[in-house]
Amino acid sequence: MTLLRTRGLRAFYGDFQALFDVDVAVAEGETIAVIGANGAGKTTFLRAVAGVLPCGAEMVEFDGRPIGALAAHEIVRLGIAMVPEGRKLFPSLTVEENLLLGAYCGRSGAWTLARVYELFPMLAERRALPATALSGGQQQMAAIGRALMSNPRLLLCDELSLGLAPVVIRDIYARLGAITGEGTTLVIVEQDINRALAASARFYCFQEGRVALAADCRDFDRQAIASAYFGL
Amino acid sequence: MDWLNILIQGALLGGLYALFAIGLSLSFGIMRLVNIAHGDLIVLSAYIALVTINATGLGAIASLVVVVPAMCAVGYALQRGLLNLTLSGGLLPPLLVTFGISVIIENVLLELFGADIQRLHAGTIETASLQLGGIAVGAYPLVVFATAVAAIAGLQILFYRTALGRAFRATSDDAETAELMGIDNRHLYAVAMAIAMIFTALAGVLMAIRTTFDPAAGPIRLIFAFEAVIIGGLGSLWGTLLGGMVLGLAQAVGAALSPTWQILAGHIAFLIILVLRPSGFFPRTRD
Repeated sequence: MTLLRTRGLRAFYGDFQALFDVDVAVAEGETIAVIGANGAGKTTFLRAVAGVLPCGAEMVEFDGRPIGALAAHEIVRLGIAMVPEGRKLFPSLTVEENLLLGAYCGRSGAWTLARVYELFPMLAERRALPATALSGGQQQMAAIGRALMSNPRLLLCDELSLGLAPVVIRDIYARLGAITGEGTTLVIVEQDINRALAASARFYCFQEGRVALAADCRDFDRQAIASAYFGL
Repeated sequence: MDWLNILIQGALLGGLYALFAIGLSLSFGIMRLVNIAHGDLIVLSAYIALVTINATGLGAIASLVVVVPAMCAVGYALQRGLLNLTLSGGLLPPLLVTFGISVIIENVLLELFGADIQRLHAGTIETASLQLGGIAVGAYPLVVFATAVAAIAGLQILFYRTALGRAFRATSDDAETAELMGIDNRHLYAVAMAIAMIFTALAGVLMAIRTTFDPAAGPIRLIFAFEAVIIGGLGSLWGTLLGGMVLGLAQAVGAALSPTWQILAGHIAFLIILVLRPSGFFPRTRD
């Protein structure tokens, strides 16, 4: 069953058009990757789905329902959570307060404070610290935990690897299995192509605001990715 | 003994100034909104109390049961219907719009009530006093001061112990990411303004019992509130109480030297502190 579908999705920053007729479909329980160069529209795509960027009502469909015209705070209630690029933890809040804020929308489900601490034990040890006192990797874990606290059906992860050491990135990706294990659908935006393809079943490669290539992660042509990535 | 008395009076007066300042501090802290109409909203509260007392025969303090909900409704509607629209364009649009609201409130009050000086009467508590170690301390200033302390303590609990307080702090940090958590900022801002108006209503009624007011009495209260907030440091509520006390002390000392010096002494103290500690005693807000 298709959980998320975009049809002819267009998005603008003022007069600048960032997305051109993007068609993406994600089945429930599936993990897909969105790859592409800087400025290809990957983050814009996530922001449009999450409701941060306004778009036409019919352009985004979630669980069979048009949600393109809804505001971000309404969309999270339906079960779409985002781990934003650069973590965006709230600096005046402690680690635990950041996690609790993730539960603000009041969706119940498998993810509770205790489960998040079980997944990321280092957060439990630092729960009373300000979010700014965490290392980059721990901040990323807190941002993932915060998104999980809303018990999303669809989790949008924007550049989980940004600015992190390879060993930390591996650690974080290793824990995504516990998230998909709950039946959560994942959309991963990454610049690190190998990392993204290894974690997903299918991928979309964006180029200048358009889908340049969509393929299965186990059956693709590297040359095709290179040309879709760079527009060669 | 005379000077000690003056200092105590001044410090207690600071409680009233802190109450003036709390609403201003909240709207700036959460919405980054500088509310120029804040002083006029204090005076509006006093007039709503006056009307309530005349219509129902309630006492001045008891009139708060009407004034507080009425001002909360005014605050919610004002924020949701008008001020939210001004927030996306930087600091200037809310300044201009609230300045306009200030002019409107003043003139509507003038139209309805005339320029006569008004006062609320609370009965014997106005003149009652307590003997503390040979010094007579007015019961009413003590009640006002205790109200300010209780108000700030209550707000601290709200901000640091409740889900609503967490949402306020998160939205103040990063409004866009707060939306991603399911917070409806337009509603939250309106709730914040409604809460700010609880303290504005308190300030208005307690002021009107202590001193006279008229439709043009708002701007000077706005200035006292600003000074208390700046002396205390933006974003710190206990700092605001200290700021109010510094202002009250300076005014009391000024008034003791010469009655014409009262207001000026407060402003001079403010300017001195602004030069010595430009971000106040307990600055919280970084930007």
